[in-house]
Amino acid sequence: MTATAKPAPSKPTASKPVDWTKPAAMAIPKEGFFRLEQGRYGPIFPKTPACYGFTIIAKIKAGREQVIREYGNKIEKTIAELPDALAVLKLHYLRWVLFDIGKDTYFMYQGIFDTDFDKYTEDAVALFTKYGINTVFENLEGFPEDWKTNTPAFIKFVREHQRPSFLEYGEYPYVSADEIKKALKLKAAFSDMLDQMQ
Amino acid sequence: MLEFEDIQHILLTRTPALTGRYEFLSFRSPAGARAWLSGIRETVRSAADVRASVDQDKRWVTVAFTWNGLRALGVPEASLATFPEEFKQGMVCRAEMLGDTGANHPDNWVGGLASPDLHAIVILFARNAEEHKRCLSAHQELLAQCDGVEVLSSLDLEATPPFDYAHDHFGYRDRLSQPVIEGSGEEPTPGSGAPLKAGEFILGYPDEDGPPANLPQPGVLSRNGSYMAYRRLEEHVGAFRDFLRQHGETPEEQELVAAKLMGRWRSGAPLTLAPDKDDPELGTDPQRNNDFNYKGMDPHGYAVPLGSHIRRMNPRDTAANMNRRRMIRRGATYGPALAEGTPEDGVERGIAAFVICASLIRQFEFAQNVWINDPNFHELGNERDPIIGTQDGTFEFKIPRRPIRKKITGLPAFTTVRGGAYFFLPGLKALRYLTTLGSEGEAGLKVAESRSLQAEGSAKS
Repeated sequence: MTATAKPAPSKPTASKPVDWTKPAAMAIPKEGFFRLEQGRYGPIFPKTPACYGFTIIAKIKAGREQVIREYGNKIEKTIAELPDALAVLKLHYLRWVLFDIGKDTYFMYQGIFDTDFDKYTEDAVALFTKYGINTVFENLEGFPEDWKTNTPAFIKFVREHQRPSFLEYGEYPYVSADEIKKALKLKAAFSDMLDQMQ
Repeated sequence: MLEFEDIQHILLTRTPALTGRYEFLSFRSPAGARAWLSGIRETVRSAADVRASVDQDKRWVTVAFTWNGLRALGVPEASLATFPEEFKQGMVCRAEMLGDTGANHPDNWVGGLASPDLHAIVILFARNAEEHKRCLSAHQELLAQCDGVEVLSSLDLEATPPFDYAHDHFGYRDRLSQPVIEGSGEEPTPGSGAPLKAGEFILGYPDEDGPPANLPQPGVLSRNGSYMAYRRLEEHVGAFRDFLRQHGETPEEQELVAAKLMGRWRSGAPLTLAPDKDDPELGTDPQRNNDFNYKGMDPHGYAVPLGSHIRRMNPRDTAANMNRRRMIRRGATYGPALAEGTPEDGVERGIAAFVICASLIRQFEFAQNVWINDPNFHELGNERDPIIGTQDGTFEFKIPRRPIRKKITGLPAFTTVRGGAYFFLPGLKALRYLTTLGSEGEAGLKVAESRSLQAEGSAKS
């Protein structure tokens, strides 16, 4: 691990209040963390101005590109019917990308969320089991076949394919999706109140 | 169907013990360890036995092992490798993630609990002091017959007065909310949710997600077993009472502060059902004292603050996958009670408790890491569990109320972890299997077994 003098707690506390009005950037060492701090399933990746998140990159099994693309439609339909289906994951955004390197196709899964890495992954496994949906990960090389009954193996795969960021930026740093939704609700309520007073 | 006759009683039964003792053991020789186990095994009762005779019994014994202890007993490496990673590592290695830092750090633990030489625990719950004494001397006799089995430390348990209901040194009524296991024959009280699949707590049975998987091998070793996370938590009663006085001018206001920290009045009455005034009758009524939720009844925490102890330890309808996070709690208080009005005397007192679950990482460690110590639980920003969270004076506690919430900053630590360990709690057949490992010392084993049976015979008379 590269030594660094830069202090960066993985969970900011009020003793270091965060100022959402001040955009912030954070350069992250190669390992993905500033100091080796063990979580339940492995090192904890820090909360950055862009909140928690991951970038998973893995080679797909040959001939599975279309299956993976169709999975995008499946998620769209699930969310349209059950808008809260992924609420437990405390997500801001998901981005799924397919790209080629030589003859191989790779899948990139980027998520930005408000719970730590281990909790996100554990909750995701539970969610996939609950809805009986086959995870898109089953189309990736090396994914454990017994993932439904072996959460640690699922999490190990995710951790092995996680490529940590070396820079993250937040225009409104550290703000959670719930806080943003609360603020927008408040704005809507004020707007409604002002309309009523006309 | 649960195999009640093979499950150690602690998993399924509560016993009317008023005293007891934990003994922490270290094994220097596998043969000696197995001889000891052969002796003590005869005193370990199944859930079926205890259910049948709890009213006559005077003492209840439980035996469990650390991963190092299983190795010291002679469990083969191939079998040891099949145990879950967190159990193999042990609680000391998991300290930072559990929040055992600062004063709670394993460097400060007592009784040798942070040592890799901790191999086993014997839990004695006894009906009275006389039986406690008799069992202690019987165990000393057994130990004297077994080479290389040492007592690292022990902890005497004492119920705190008044003795007519279970409560801790702070005065909070205990044992109010426990999960019920499907097939156990128990009925959940209103508000406690449906019975949970046995596999959430007992190895070898289907859990809430389906059939069991990845169990330790061989099967005889893990069937009807479980894991126990032990926590010795010192309760700083003087600091707690000072805090109540500091934040409440009248006794009534102080009681309300105590209730807000917990989410229940010290009588046990939940704030959701008795938000403004204590209702001791409600606290004692199992048909009513657990019959509430949060999303519908108290979404903003005006009754039970979002960061209070019970809302963190059992978020009910405000958390996902609740059925995969439940735990069975057992244990007792230790140390002398500090009489009301008496200044802090510096004597250690607290709770020595076990969290029993089928997956330490998914249940106990999740609760510790996320529910108890995540400062941003429920978007609270800078709080930890006010009773058992890792507190260093930098966290706060917010009490929602209209029109403006009350925010207490610089919350002190009311508890300190003084020790802990992960134990494997084998079923009775597994205990027998463990005594048969290896071939050395078989003769010694038989001697110890016959002696212990004699001791048992005299104990029952």
